[in-house]
Amino acid sequence: MADGAPRKDLRDTALDSAELDRHLTSIWHTRGGLWAAVSTVDHKIIGRRYIITAFVFLFMGGVLSLLMRLQLSQPEARFIGPDRYNQIFTMHGTNMMFLFAVPVMEAMAVYLVPLMVGTRNIAFPRLNAFSYWMFLAGGILLWVAFAIDTGPDVGWFAYVPLAGPQYGTGKRADIWAQMITFTEISALCVAVELVVTIFKQRAPGMSLDRIPLFVWSMLVTSFLVILAMPAIMIASSSLILDRLVGTHFFNPAEGGDVLLWQHLFWFFGHPEVYIIFLPAVGMASTIVATFTGRPVFGYLAMVMALISTGVLAFGLWVHHMFVAGLPRLGESFFTASSMAIAVPAGLQIFCWLATLWMGRPVFKTPLLFVVGFIITFVVGGMTGVMVASVPFDTQVHDTYFVVAHFHYVLIGGAVFPLLGAIYYWFPKITGRMMSETLGRWVFALIFAGFHLTFFPMHILGLAGMPRRVYTYQPELPWSGLNMMVSLSALVLASGFLLFAIDIFRSARNGPAAGSNPWGAATLEWATASPPRCYNFRRMPVVYSGEPLWTEDELQVASGLRVDRRELLVTAVVAATPQARESSVPHSIWPLWAAVATSIVLIWSIFTPWAVVWGSIPVAVALTGWFWPKGAPEEES
Amino acid sequence: MGLFAVCLSGCNGTQSALDVHGASAIHLKHLMLLVIWVCALVWLTVMVVLAYALLRKRRVAAEVNAGADNRATVIVSAAVGATALIIAGLTVASFYTTRLIDGDGDAAMTIAVKGEQWWWRVTYMRDGTPDFETANEIHIPVGRTVLLQLESADVVHSFWVPSLAGKQDLVPGRTNTLALRAETPGVYRGQCAEFCGIQHSHMAMSVIADDAVSFERWLADQSAESLKPAEPEATAGQAVFLGKPCAACHRVRGTPSAGTTGPDLTHVGSRDTIGAGLMERTRGSLAAWIADPQTIKPGNNMPMVPLTSDELRAVSAYMESLK
Repeated sequence: MADGAPRKDLRDTALDSAELDRHLTSIWHTRGGLWAAVSTVDHKIIGRRYIITAFVFLFMGGVLSLLMRLQLSQPEARFIGPDRYNQIFTMHGTNMMFLFAVPVMEAMAVYLVPLMVGTRNIAFPRLNAFSYWMFLAGGILLWVAFAIDTGPDVGWFAYVPLAGPQYGTGKRADIWAQMITFTEISALCVAVELVVTIFKQRAPGMSLDRIPLFVWSMLVTSFLVILAMPAIMIASSSLILDRLVGTHFFNPAEGGDVLLWQHLFWFFGHPEVYIIFLPAVGMASTIVATFTGRPVFGYLAMVMALISTGVLAFGLWVHHMFVAGLPRLGESFFTASSMAIAVPAGLQIFCWLATLWMGRPVFKTPLLFVVGFIITFVVGGMTGVMVASVPFDTQVHDTYFVVAHFHYVLIGGAVFPLLGAIYYWFPKITGRMMSETLGRWVFALIFAGFHLTFFPMHILGLAGMPRRVYTYQPELPWSGLNMMVSLSALVLASGFLLFAIDIFRSARNGPAAGSNPWGAATLEWATASPPRCYNFRRMPVVYSGEPLWTEDELQVASGLRVDRRELLVTAVVAATPQARESSVPHSIWPLWAAVATSIVLIWSIFTPWAVVWGSIPVAVALTGWFWPKGAPEEES
Repeated sequence: MGLFAVCLSGCNGTQSALDVHGASAIHLKHLMLLVIWVCALVWLTVMVVLAYALLRKRRVAAEVNAGADNRATVIVSAAVGATALIIAGLTVASFYTTRLIDGDGDAAMTIAVKGEQWWWRVTYMRDGTPDFETANEIHIPVGRTVLLQLESADVVHSFWVPSLAGKQDLVPGRTNTLALRAETPGVYRGQCAEFCGIQHSHMAMSVIADDAVSFERWLADQSAESLKPAEPEATAGQAVFLGKPCAACHRVRGTPSAGTTGPDLTHVGSRDTIGAGLMERTRGSLAAWIADPQTIKPGNNMPMVPLTSDELRAVSAYMESLK
């Protein structure tokens, strides 16, 4: 495949840097042209695509929220009718949760984790390509359905019986349920890749206690995905079966149960919040360390907090059902567990405060976003404690108070660190710096716009305004605050617009970044910006958690073959080298597999026979994907 | 937080968790204020520490040293301990409030409330059997505990009158209960709090707390059959009502109309609002609703029945006369 194929079994030890670069490029390079672009398995190219696609969905979801704010700016407004409005709020929630928040965090990890652990590609690179295509197909399915007035209109939680066969007529609820399947498949793929990459492909010497905190957070997140997503896939598949072939999982008249849906949905739905939040915590830790010039205080405590948050995340789901009429004793248990999660959350806040206190904060845009995150997220955590209390929750559940609460947690707790992370890693991804001046404006507009938009919603909720209403009556005392919220949303939107402008400008004209513009400590900064296709010329070896701060020159491991895509496999705990492993070359088959799977899933909205006939192209694509390469892993 | 504090004392309205007139809601407001103030104080403390951590003057050669790290360990551990204590305290306060609400005494009467897309069917019971049916307006005696039996006819709804009590879902296939006790006479508005379809926004109800005498009178009035129309226009309206499809869905007790799909209209003229709290009940609003329900409340289950203007006027007069 490479020009002037290298001599078999050529090792990097035998080559000088220039020679080695040439060999590695020829073996890892993604060529130009459409065919090569859709066949690539380079985690950086796929990660970049993933991030960009997720941000496109963010902006589309943002436009939906502005439409909702237009309709709610006045009582009994008639800008948008109830049918369209219900589609819009369902699309907004579904899009933001399934097409933006979870994918963007995984996308960042797809790009960054292999670099941060010092390897050349993610584990299972073809699965990675497949996962992106599935994500894209799910997103297109949802938005095309919306464009032709078949967008789901049953809420992002799709409670039965409203989403069931009797009340959810047409194909709208099916579109929702099948879109879930698409995004869950892609999320599960990425989670498996990340777990294996983090456990088995770390640089020699990167023992468990030297893993960067962002990588730890992605490890915990990936386990949450693996444990939580099957619940929603069971739920959405059962819903499709109820709708398509007349099973009665959720039909009380036939012995089914309405609350079963709620249990399954929230058993996934609550961990989902932490699937979004934990990566953001990792980003915040990374930024805090770099811009205070010291490691985050309490590394072990931070890791334990991540893990205990991940465990507790599975013991909270019933707090979404506090008014459904469950037994009191059970509810009390879930009050206690929901309250308890404030302890690890608090611990992390205190550790960041201690780091900021003892370090020397440099107020660049990424750190501003992290400071904004702490200010905002603590409010969201406080209101989280409030809704964890059953009696308190009976007054605010399903009101704008909860809308305010989860936007504080999800925008304040996840999008703020994410934006900080974009400013932070943009130089690595593109090789160019973003504008510090614009960055400050972006932060100021988003921070102020956010609080002006969402803080009043707490008050609206306490004043009795329920969620998911397309309008309200003029005699209710909510119009003033609603108008204020709608106007503030424009400020928030202008911040995001300026952010987009900054991205485009900087990607073209930003000043060159160099390999480590922030003076950061982790391995992704030890290679060029943007990194070459093979990430690292020689495999780095680390002796601490902050290799670029503690070592004058990185040591490297050598002896890898350069005639195939070789990388190092290391031990789970101590990261001692165990084997050389070849990473698969590019392939078009993941794309075909995704196309075939998409056909089955979409077709099966209309007839159950799709599963039978559609399995044939899936089988063909998988056969192509796994066709033996004739290059046995004999000597690894 | 300033804005918040002002509103805690100043927000008025008939549908507010802060403007409370029911036993449960009063307990809940106490809990909410306690938790909000505790959390606000904690937030302020964290913000002060954050501001100082970011802005404090630093000595030129401050290095990471073990002494500082040890001190930080002690402080962080103490803060985590304090968090756990505060959380435990709030949990206990929450449990205590739950007990206060559950212990509100035996119910004086039971009312069955059924959520339907997008209105509330209310059935008053006498000695355990249904006495009469009405819609969207629930009269209760002030100072007495009333038990609502909550069921759903179709999808999940949620009964919420924040000035009186917290909300409770109406789940198909289940019966939930909610105790209400109004401490002061008045009209308390509420609306469905669980998304239930296209007209979720217009599924309001009100609870009207009457003194004992008015309540008994109201009960007797509602229990009776409908009044015979006295005026000629209303009499003509009754004929139209019975001759057109209206009677297929609506019942007016004392006439042949016996439909049960829509709200019972036996005493519709005595209600304050129509369309599930959508409009004040006047002759004009009744006419507007009957003429074109789909424009006023798009997607609701009442079809437009074509009527001449004379028929429309007559039917509205008849509805108005059903006191």
